[in-house]
Amino acid sequence: MQSDYDVIVVGAGPGGSWAAKTAAEKGAQVLLLEKDREVGVPVRCGEAIGTASLRAVCEPEPLPRGIANGISGAVLVAPNGREVVLDWGQEVGAILDRKVFDYELSLMAAAQGVEIRTKAYVYDVIRNGANGNGSISGVRVQHLGKNYDVRAKIVIGADGIESRVGRFAGLRTFTKLKDMESCMQVTLANVTNIDRRYIYLLFGREVAPGGYLWIFPKSETVANVGIGISGEYARHKSAQRYLQEFIDRRFPKAAAVYTVVGGVTCAPTLEKIVADGVMLVGDAAHQINPMSGGGIVTAMLAGKIAGRVAAAAIARDDFSSQSLEPYAQEWHAAQGKNHERLYKIKQAVYKFTDDELNRTAEAVLAKKPEERTLINVFKAALIRHPSLIFDVLKVFMS
Amino acid sequence: MIGVINDKCDFCGTCVAVCPFDAIDLYEARIAINQRCTDCMLCVWICPVETLALIDEQGKMTPRAAAEFTA
Ligand SMILES: Cc1cc2nc3c(=O)[nH]c(=O)nc-3n(C[C@H](O)[C@H](O)[C@H](O)COP(=O)(O)OP(=O)(O)OC[C@H]3O[C@@H](n4cnc5c(N)ncnc54)[C@H](O)[C@@H]3O)c2cc1C
Ligand code: SF4
Ligand code: SF4
Repeated sequence: MQSDYDVIVVGAGPGGSWAAKTAAEKGAQVLLLEKDREVGVPVRCGEAIGTASLRAVCEPEPLPRGIANGISGAVLVAPNGREVVLDWGQEVGAILDRKVFDYELSLMAAAQGVEIRTKAYVYDVIRNGANGNGSISGVRVQHLGKNYDVRAKIVIGADGIESRVGRFAGLRTFTKLKDMESCMQVTLANVTNIDRRYIYLLFGREVAPGGYLWIFPKSETVANVGIGISGEYARHKSAQRYLQEFIDRRFPKAAAVYTVVGGVTCAPTLEKIVADGVMLVGDAAHQINPMSGGGIVTAMLAGKIAGRVAAAAIARDDFSSQSLEPYAQEWHAAQGKNHERLYKIKQAVYKFTDDELNRTAEAVLAKKPEERTLINVFKAALIRHPSLIFDVLKVFMS
Repeated sequence: MIGVINDKCDFCGTCVAVCPFDAIDLYEARIAINQRCTDCMLCVWICPVETLALIDEQGKMTPRAAAEFTA
């Protein structure tokens, strides 16, 4: 580890690796720091992605290794058990092996000359100025029992949901209780009666209030089975209890081979994601799709933009928030605006009673199979919220 | 005071993200509540696996839903 870099990226998740790779590609000297002993572990994720958007964010690179299973449809299960099958007739998504995927992304960053350290916990930032409240000029890191001060022109906080880089920089990063999905997931072996081509999403007050329960098949007999419930409901009954009840009922014989606990911020992007010498990327910036809870590809997209803007700022020798602001603007145009719309839609949908959800399922089932598309599901669901249909159309058009 | 049942904790950071007072320190496999804590309960409610609890002066634990909602 040197004492000085152009860019330090904190956190080697998909957002961090992709930011580091892109910045290095564009000529910056980059250090990537990860607190855990291994990139990719622990996995805190359902591992579902859309293939087209992953391909787009990887370009011109090929898709990384770590794809476990292709997905060509979704089964939406209403509270009364009625199933709406949306079959796209071709592979549109995939379930990843994130252990492999995240690791691959970090190797792709390393191939561009990024220096990487694991077991490197960033516990503070270095500030300019005599009284220590000036702009940020590096990080304090605990690495294998020793503390180091490492300087950088730009610090990118890609440090996930628990992000502290943002807080160190004085940005308001905490998540409102109602916008936090309290999650738990187990990877189950010996699951029966699932079709590996489909993901399953179960809705309802008894199943997953203010969220959904998912079954994401990784093979014929192995699936990620997880749940996210809104913090509003989690205070009455924990995610763990909801999930256990479901598994006891649906997969009593299955073996749990991986247990994960976590949170997903389902909110619009933070108002400020740049400060002098600082950028936030991925979960740290609340860049998760607030409707689906998917944040892998969006973190990579944000990382790609941030890495490019950071390298350009270094070339200009200007690391002020103004110089980094194009990152925020480009993100807003690419996804941030969409997330605002999806957040509005989510707020309406997650308030639905079981009756409304059941009615929506019936309305979609009344259509011909070829008309059972995601957009028509939204249209049926929001029949009493016409103003939101416009947002749905906008989201699907972009 | 907020108590942590450390062997239940998965060190996932969800509580850190909702704490409005930056009162939780999370390491690779250790979690600690610092003196900025105001006993607001948000972390207790959000923890997916019921790792946290409010403990009163007598050492009694408050069940998660019983405390008043202040968010
Ligand atoms: C239960 C669950 C299911 C999910 N399912 C899906 C899904 O199916 N599809 C999907 O797209 N998304 C899903 N998500 C969301 C997805 O996992 C995240 O959005 C994604 O991982 C965000 O990537 P990131 O790079 O921003 O952060 P992360 O992947 O969280 O990476 C952050 C990294 O920073 C490190 N770090 C943190 N603090 C420090 C520090 N101080 N010093 C050094 N390193 C630090 C962490 O150890 C971590 O490795 C799910 C999330 C959960 C919790
Ligand atoms: S939310 Fe619960 S499991 Fe996660 S770090 Fe906090 S106390 Fe631990
Ligand atoms: S009780 Fe409130 S202030 Fe204390 S650690 Fe939990 S969330 Fe933070």
